Amino acid sequence: MAVSDTATENAALGPPPATTGFLGWMRRNLFSNVWNALLTILSAYLLYLVIPPAVSWLFLDATWSEATPQTCRAAEGACWAFVREKHRVILFGRYPYFEHWRPLLGIGVLMTMVLVSCFRRFWRPWIGLVWVGGLGAFFVLMWGGDIPVTYRTVAVIGAAAAAIVALARASGGMRSLLLWIAALFGVLAVGFGAILRVLDAILKALFGIEDVLIGAAGIWFEIPTGLTFVPTSLWGGLPLTLLLSILGITVAFPLAILLALGRRSKMPLIRTFCIGYIELIRGVPLISLLFVGSFLLPLFLPRGVEISDLLRAQVAIIGFSAAYLAEVIRGGLQAIPRGQFEAADALGLGYWQKMARIVLPQAITLVIPPIVNTFIGLFKDTSLVSIVSLTDLLLATKDMAIGDVNWRAFYAEGYTFIALIYFVFCFFMSQYSQHLERSFETGRRKRR
Amino acid sequence: MEPIIIMRGVDKWYGQFHVLKNINLDVQPKERIVICGPSGSGKSTLIRCINRLEEHQKGQIVVDGVELTNDLKHIEQIRREVGMVFQHFNLFPHMTVLENLALAPIWVRKMPKAEAEERAMFYLRRVRIEEQARKYPGQLSGGQQQRVAIARSLCMSPKIMLFDEPTSALDPEMIKEVLDVMIELAREGMTMIVVTHEMGFAKSVADRVIFMDQGQIVEQNAPHEFFNNPKSDRTKLFLSQILGH
Repeated sequence: MAVSDTATENAALGPPPATTGFLGWMRRNLFSNVWNALLTILSAYLLYLVIPPAVSWLFLDATWSEATPQTCRAAEGACWAFVREKHRVILFGRYPYFEHWRPLLGIGVLMTMVLVSCFRRFWRPWIGLVWVGGLGAFFVLMWGGDIPVTYRTVAVIGAAAAAIVALARASGGMRSLLLWIAALFGVLAVGFGAILRVLDAILKALFGIEDVLIGAAGIWFEIPTGLTFVPTSLWGGLPLTLLLSILGITVAFPLAILLALGRRSKMPLIRTFCIGYIELIRGVPLISLLFVGSFLLPLFLPRGVEISDLLRAQVAIIGFSAAYLAEVIRGGLQAIPRGQFEAADALGLGYWQKMARIVLPQAITLVIPPIVNTFIGLFKDTSLVSIVSLTDLLLATKDMAIGDVNWRAFYAEGYTFIALIYFVFCFFMSQYSQHLERSFETGRRKRR
Repeated sequence: MEPIIIMRGVDKWYGQFHVLKNINLDVQPKERIVICGPSGSGKSTLIRCINRLEEHQKGQIVVDGVELTNDLKHIEQIRREVGMVFQHFNLFPHMTVLENLALAPIWVRKMPKAEAEERAMFYLRRVRIEEQARKYPGQLSGGQQQRVAIARSLCMSPKIMLFDEPTSALDPEMIKEVLDVMIELAREGMTMIVVTHEMGFAKSVADRVIFMDQGQIVEQNAPHEFFNNPKSDRTKLFLSQILGH
């Protein structure tokens, strides 16, 4: 009898609670106490409410094959036939239908350029050539027609070439000479037309001769491409979104560095200008800058000068992002200990050497997360250009795809599709920034 | 011989606070000077004026025949010839040891990269640390970092070396390795001005010991005289405090 007693006692104890395996993991992470258990059950219930309907709308009940709006309306789920039917106008906007291979190739060129630049071992001066070549190819593809060669084309190519050759050389006085030449070409690219106009005005006032020099600012000759000409007003969709963000980021970033350095400068004029610029631009919404660019700016420009909507929106985006980025970078600059500046000074490094070699590399590495934050914000903010009637990804979807009366009912599918596109790019940026952070951290964890 | 550093009636204020009061100092080439004194006496400020990390407001400072004014050209010219070693090393954490050393020769002296790295390895061998060349400063001990910092300054072949409390931030067992390097440098005839509390170093290598208090040079003498026969009461008090235990 005694034997069977112990047997029942042991049975009443039951097996020890699992601490390993799936049950153990659940016990530790999901049901460790009453509150956790309650939260787990609540979350499970919410997921049950959301996931099954979402899955059946997105996949199970969805219409995938070629279908008409009528068959779609009859189905319960998402109408992916809509995206199938409209993906080309969503991706390319108003761009002429039979020329869609050009923006598609353009996207390929831009993406290759960006992906190549993602590898740190390619961070050499020649990457500048990849960018000049890539952007050049993109614009030639998108524009087509006869490529006009003006003073500006020559000056831009001259500036890029001089800058790249200068940076590719290790050191020497040649380098600064080339950088000066690059800067000179840069000024010419921007201001040559204006300079000629001023000179013409002087000649007119002095001798009554009209417009002798301005001819030099016109088109010198044209290179035919054999493609139909497509003006920027017809560009749209993903290539437009990508162009605005890629150019936005690459131009705003160096500008932001200059603004951040300027704000910390000892020279009152430069400091005041930078503070004024940053505070003014940060104080207004991007939408208002886009409006000013599109509707007010043309009123102030001299007659005969025309700037495309695309360029105006691009400039507004660059100017806006530069102000935000400048503050992010300034945050990084503040975090660099005084000793680093002093050590650089004591070694005899000049201001620009000190900043470029010692201070900025450390400061920028520190603020990679907020920098990428700003980049992601910029990427999504490009959708605001739709208010100045540039057909970016969002406006193309809204006006051209959903705008088709037959398919009007399927806006959810359209927006889901472009949300996915935006997400893919933003997620890539966020993952890349984490990768960069890790790769910069190796070997210097123990820093003072 | 013409002094390599001349300071005449130098005054400096931080706001209302008078840090340096009428400093007059001549340093001969190859002279080794130790500056000591209580904290806040202006010793660091004094040597930091020599390479213009601090600006003096009155008086005249001439280094290697060039007067220090607001002229950036003069300042950079002087900084090329004056090396400085800091209390907290101030190595560049984002560069390897070798890059730390080769940086200034390449960008300031415009030396080809290969030559600059060869020179860097030469000085790393001299401070007995060449096996760490490819590491980052954060991976080295304090003593090793300070020796790298000394080598970094030497790479510019300076005529004068300034040391601002080079051993104060080090653990005791690492002080000797840094002092050994400095003693070697002194033996080779480098012009050195060293702000330090290491009185053993002062006794063994200094030509002259300067005692500062409240922004003034109170007393200066050869080490033997200075330690055995101090003249002013403030010096005596300071020495009794620092050597007393």
